Amino acid sequence: MEGGSSMNGETRPQLLNLIPKEREWLMMRESGERRHHGSSEEKKLELRLGPPGGEDWSLKDNNNNRERDESLLSLSYFSSMNNNQNNIKNQNNSNGFSFLQFPTSTKTSQTTPQSLPVMGKESSQPCCTKVVDLQSATTAEKKAFSSSPVPAKNTAVSNSSQKRTAPAPVVGWPPIRSFRKNLASTSASKPSTESSPNGVVVSNKSINEKPVEHIRKNMFVKINMDGVPIGRKVDLSAYHSYDKLSTAVDQLFRGLLADSSAGGMVNKQEEEKAITGVLDGSGEYTLVYEDNEGDRMLVGDVPWHMFVSTVKRLRVLKSSEVSALSLGSSKQAKIVA
Amino acid sequence: MLKRMSYSSFPEDVLEHVFSFVQSDKDRNAISLVCKSWFEIERWCRRRIFVGNCYAVSPRMVIRRFPDVRSVELKGKPHFADFNLVPEGWGGHVYPWIYAMATGYPCLEEIRLKRMVVTDETLELIAKSFKNFKVLVLSSCEGFSTQGLAAIAANCRNLRELDLRESEVEDLSGNWLSHFPDTCTSLVALNIACLGSEVSFSALERLVGRSPNLRTLRLNRAVPLDKLANLLRRAPQLVELGTGAYSSDLRPEVLSNLAGAFSGCKELKGMSGFWDVVPAYLPAIYPVCSGLTSLNLSYASIQSPDLKLVSQCLNLQRLWVLDYIEDSGLEALAASCKDLQELRVFPSEPFGVEPNVSLTEQGLVCVSEGCPKLESVLYFCRRFSNDALVTIARNRPNMTRFRLCIIEPRTPDYLTHQPLDRGFGAIVEHCKDLRRLSLSGLLTDLVFEYIGTYAKKLEMLSVAFAGESDLGLHHVLSGCESLRKLEIRDCPFGDKALLANAAKLETMRSLWMSSCLVSLEACKLLGQKMPRLNVEVIDERGPLDSRPESFPVEKLYIYRSVAGPRFDMPGFVWNMDEDSALRLS
Repeated sequence: MEGGSSMNGETRPQLLNLIPKEREWLMMRESGERRHHGSSEEKKLELRLGPPGGEDWSLKDNNNNRERDESLLSLSYFSSMNNNQNNIKNQNNSNGFSFLQFPTSTKTSQTTPQSLPVMGKESSQPCCTKVVDLQSATTAEKKAFSSSPVPAKNTAVSNSSQKRTAPAPVVGWPPIRSFRKNLASTSASKPSTESSPNGVVVSNKSINEKPVEHIRKNMFVKINMDGVPIGRKVDLSAYHSYDKLSTAVDQLFRGLLADSSAGGMVNKQEEEKAITGVLDGSGEYTLVYEDNEGDRMLVGDVPWHMFVSTVKRLRVLKSSEVSALSLGSSKQAKIVA
Repeated sequence: MLKRMSYSSFPEDVLEHVFSFVQSDKDRNAISLVCKSWFEIERWCRRRIFVGNCYAVSPRMVIRRFPDVRSVELKGKPHFADFNLVPEGWGGHVYPWIYAMATGYPCLEEIRLKRMVVTDETLELIAKSFKNFKVLVLSSCEGFSTQGLAAIAANCRNLRELDLRESEVEDLSGNWLSHFPDTCTSLVALNIACLGSEVSFSALERLVGRSPNLRTLRLNRAVPLDKLANLLRRAPQLVELGTGAYSSDLRPEVLSNLAGAFSGCKELKGMSGFWDVVPAYLPAIYPVCSGLTSLNLSYASIQSPDLKLVSQCLNLQRLWVLDYIEDSGLEALAASCKDLQELRVFPSEPFGVEPNVSLTEQGLVCVSEGCPKLESVLYFCRRFSNDALVTIARNRPNMTRFRLCIIEPRTPDYLTHQPLDRGFGAIVEHCKDLRRLSLSGLLTDLVFEYIGTYAKKLEMLSVAFAGESDLGLHHVLSGCESLRKLEIRDCPFGDKALLANAAKLETMRSLWMSSCLVSLEACKLLGQKMPRLNVEVIDERGPLDSRPESFPVEKLYIYRSVAGPRFDMPGFVWNMDEDSALRLS
């Protein structure tokens, strides 16, 4: 209704459906014929907007199943990667529409299926790990090595060292709203009724002990770090201990900190230092929190569950500045006493 | 010719009267496309509007076209905001809308918002701007406190509905309820389940007592069980009840008192709440079980044996429950609740590595066999198989919403160790009316080919940790004719599929892609070539020009808009329109 350029609207799509359909999209499977909509005339008019690499796709077309099997072998990564790059070179030279082409196409070669198993879990970590991974000059090798030989066995897909011991929480997965996570954490803290035949004893117990966090509705707290403009939220119910929380702080902010201090992306992996010692004051940064009474406290001084039930928000401060601040010292003395 | 004559001979007010019977937005939109005079008549008598994306159109444009609207429904943030994937401060502010409507729609009666940022200032503006304001529904909204609610309570004399479902409210005081004036007797629905702190109980009791039309009352966890009986006695007409904490010191008189109160509630059809439930008190609701059509036990961490309660609710149509129900409980459900239409099973320990309950694919298979009306499923579990999916698809071709979450990403068929392509393929093939689908487990591009081929009525698709290449995304975008919302995370989909289907994006409400392989370059190209799309890159790693253009962007949110780029983008969001492309390059 607005703009009224319906004619442009008609033509634009054709301008943009620029990938030679015949070879790449539509020959994928014999059964896919119904999806040919472009007439041959249209095809002549088509510009190529998509990144090159058509050969790679058609190769995959012909050997759809075999390719899938091959992707189970980490070795095949190299061969098809090489293939891919050769294709790109050729096409870059021969293609008439180079002005619409993507100048650097090596990165797109990562769309090969082989890179899938590696990308997955890592990429879902908060940004920093991914950046490092992609920027490293040895990306290909790294991927090939860390790529598990059997993606089907999904326990081996991701970094297996991390796997069983500490399943680092993936942001937003499983897809459960925060209030449900909170529920889960409180229910986990409740004694199981299985142990009691009538449920009455158990229930009384849970009433008497009713911890403060039962009333809390939200385990998400905001967290900010000195020198990083962007705040985050962490779900405390996902961590269970101070150690895991400090690991999470490192994961959340390491990349961001490097970004804001280095300004560029060159040699990021060198710029990035692990953020450690946030709990005992031995590191460059110290983790503090604001409790429900508005006092600023050092994280780690009270038992975890007490911390969880009183924390309002978290802050990662420069250790040098922490000492200058007056923390809720009287209260800490009270707790210790 | 004759027909045309008769059309034009209708007086306007007759047409207007006829149009008033047409309720659905779709039909109203169709009417407005018939001819200029119908467009004119229709726009003057449109009373309700729904805007699925608050950035797709400006408030000014809406008010100009529809001058006399009484009810507005707006949605803000992308759905993935529910799972913390949209950074804090992204946007979705409703203030500009309320500000414009305060002068544009003085007769506005209803505001329903979803995933929007609502400030106390906004609530105060609502409270004083609309003289006959009746309904405020804030679903998954944030940014306001009980102070704003107090303004609504104090000033909206004819308030019928105040529903805060799943909103994040800053709890300054439970005193806000006492701001409802004594003359306020119009309340039909009150949902305060999301509030954390204790509300003033005497104020609540008085409010309930003077609201003869109250049908829905959803309390929060801070309302203790021994107060519930009193409330119920004051409102025996309740149709929907959300309890507070369902626990107490076990005293016989509490139980008998409660049972008595419940037996007086003859109209009760829906129940929720049940926080901290003590199973010993559950018999109190037995008197109303047979009347219940909707039961939300998803906050009730009770074990399978106590969930036998569910099988007593013979007329149940909707059940939300934790996975404590286990396969055995679902089997019992399938045997007794023949009217069941919607089932949601949530995980009790989503972050545990090992299963803590015996809930498998078998439970859902049973329900799909036993409940012929089942059409909507959300199911979290830890293992699944292609065979089970095929069975479910064959049993329930009437399924319209199917969301399966296998908790560990990329879990294959536990029997064959194959991808779950075939199983989900069967779902889309057999369930012809499928409108919403969420995938999980190990999936290759093949499943997307099935989806593109069969899921012709699919409107919303959620994908995570799936697919192998651009081809997967291409199948979906080129095949799913009715697709309106597509959300993707952690999939190896990139530029090619997106650019090849650029035109498709204009037919959809929105596309979300995070941790995928779409390059900044492609985003720019898309933004330039498709001026009616807002292509927003969300990247918290700092300025975009600090990375090569071929780098995958962190998050990408694309939506059509007739309003152009939005004005409230925070520093980590970049719109890829022509100007910004120049700026960046």
